[in-house]
Amino acid sequence: MGERVGIEVSLAAAEAVKMANVDVVAAYPITPQTHIVEHLSELVADGELDAEFIPVESEHSAMSVCCGSSAVGARTFTCTSSQGLALMNEIVFIAPSMRLPIVMILANRSLSGPLSIWNDHTDVMSIRDSGWIQIFTENGQDAFDHVMFSFRVAENPAVSLPVIMNMDGFVLTHVIEPIEFWDEETVKRYLPDFEPVNRLHPDNPVTMGAFGLPGIFTEAKKAQDQALINSKPVILKAWKDMGDLVGRYYKPVETYQVEGAETVFLSMGSVGETVSIAVEELRAQGKSVGQVKLRLWRPFPFEEFREAVRGVKQIIVIDRAITYGGPGGPVASEIRSALYLEENMPTITNFLCGLAGRDVTAEDYIAMFEKTEQMAKGKVRQEDYIIYGVRE
Amino acid sequence: METFNVYASRLITKKEYFSPGHRACQGCAEALAVRLVAKALGQNVIVSSATGCMEIVSSPLPFTNWRVPWIHVAFENTSAVASGVEAGTKALIRKGKLPDKRTVFLGMGGDGATADIGLQSLSGAFERGHNFTYVCYDNEAYMNTGIQRSSSTPFGAATTTSPAGKLKPGQITWKKNMAEIAVAHNIPYVATTCPSYPFDLIQKVKKAASINGPAYIHILSVCPTGWRVPPNKAIWIGRLAVETGVFPLYEVENGKYRITVDVPDLKPVLDYLKPQGRFRHLTPELVDEIQERVTHEYNGLKAKTAL
Repeated sequence: MGERVGIEVSLAAAEAVKMANVDVVAAYPITPQTHIVEHLSELVADGELDAEFIPVESEHSAMSVCCGSSAVGARTFTCTSSQGLALMNEIVFIAPSMRLPIVMILANRSLSGPLSIWNDHTDVMSIRDSGWIQIFTENGQDAFDHVMFSFRVAENPAVSLPVIMNMDGFVLTHVIEPIEFWDEETVKRYLPDFEPVNRLHPDNPVTMGAFGLPGIFTEAKKAQDQALINSKPVILKAWKDMGDLVGRYYKPVETYQVEGAETVFLSMGSVGETVSIAVEELRAQGKSVGQVKLRLWRPFPFEEFREAVRGVKQIIVIDRAITYGGPGGPVASEIRSALYLEENMPTITNFLCGLAGRDVTAEDYIAMFEKTEQMAKGKVRQEDYIIYGVRE
Repeated sequence: METFNVYASRLITKKEYFSPGHRACQGCAEALAVRLVAKALGQNVIVSSATGCMEIVSSPLPFTNWRVPWIHVAFENTSAVASGVEAGTKALIRKGKLPDKRTVFLGMGGDGATADIGLQSLSGAFERGHNFTYVCYDNEAYMNTGIQRSSSTPFGAATTTSPAGKLKPGQITWKKNMAEIAVAHNIPYVATTCPSYPFDLIQKVKKAASINGPAYIHILSVCPTGWRVPPNKAIWIGRLAVETGVFPLYEVENGKYRITVDVPDLKPVLDYLKPQGRFRHLTPELVDEIQERVTHEYNGLKAKTAL
């Protein structure tokens, strides 16, 4: 196995991209994504990575360059955050429809306004329905491992879809953690060369990006939906194989102390570790509490999720984004619909917290649990969602 | 080649890379320009196209008119897509993953895709120095959406968003000079041309493709539908644009200007304006104003060729 080093998570992610022997990197600087692309440009400048580094004039062009380079069969990477994702939004929706297996790290940051550089999930939720495979990472090791995973899944000929790897801005991108690197042999065994299903090349002319008249558009969209659904076995296999190689087995839905738990917290991304501390604390107080983490966001792992919460009476969903005037946070909405037809559907309480870097501690999660208990006992009114920690 | 026109036509390939059967309007000089550009470049090309007339007429899923590799992603990003196509191919060849084959990278878009919404991505690709040729097919308005004005619409032209009304005489701004904007990027080759002069067009496209680094070609493409002229007059109108000095044909190679189709005695601009329905509301005073501007700009261009 590879070496264990203390390194900033952004740099480790960039090193993983290098080890994946990427051909083209196109990116535009935006906080908190910068360290990743800075490091990649250094690796290219030093000749450690043989790739074209395209310092584009906007994120819109970053994603457009990626479409072009992926279409010729080059392993392609980009990285952005927040406003950058918003600017490239148009092309983010086109890439999966063209089945271009681009890998993008999203260093999650709040969307303006007010302008904020800090972490939450409003950026990724804005492209929830774009058709990308979307995963969330929880810590540095997880991020490093999932760079390899992302390329392997995206480029699998049976998938051929772009992958977004979410990585919380600052709280994950800018921290130094001990990370076990993969050795070259492991990378080689895990990640085959990219052999595109179709590539733009004069020897075999193909037309990419034709327009769809109403008579064919619905069929094209059905095919795209099916492609995303069909990616799941490949995703599961990629996690299984990774586990067999490096000993870390990841799952679409991960659980902690759920055995017999009446209440579970549900979260995505780096807050999971803080929630675990709260769970331990509550367990020590004799509360029947566990934790469920969603790693795979698209395709949504309905089966695994329903299995993970079977028998649970209450789910506390932690959302890191707002759906203004809507039914609550985007994660809670999906959880409710995923469970709607289940027998004994659990009660769902929804806390919107940690917006734009607002610190949420283990004590806060304990407070959310207590509020949920009170609501369950009818002591306070059950609400669809609560924006937690608002100073009045 | 332009001095041997009778012979030169036999040198042009009979092969069609932009195949017949596309859905362009009758008399579309833009489709003709695309056909000639494709002939000039041959098989070893990868085309990146912007959204617009030429994309819509040639790629209704599951059909295509393209016998060369072709990609369309969106409207404003053609130059960035072409950048990626070029960079990806370059990397794969360098890393031994693809055989080393000389390939031309072509970006193409209309005047809206070039001078308006795609100007940023074009400027970025020029500045980064990608080895690609960008062709702007300028039909002087957003024809695909129904003849709305662009920054490339000439002064006085009536369009559906610059109508000739009681207060305004159609377009009230002067046409953006895209060729000069390209020149300002210090790229090795910039040219203007028109399918009414097929040999001039083919020669310039070939030269642009042979040059290492970014090249820009601006092609005036008469749109009978939008300009309100009969379909069989498109070539004639294109010639008048050149003969009146409204659209001079020139090239700028490493900063050096050269007029390729010299017009010693310019015809009056009225000859060009009069047959076009989009200008029919113009008063003699406005025609004089246009004449003054055209003469001034033509002299300015002449002066540059003397440098």
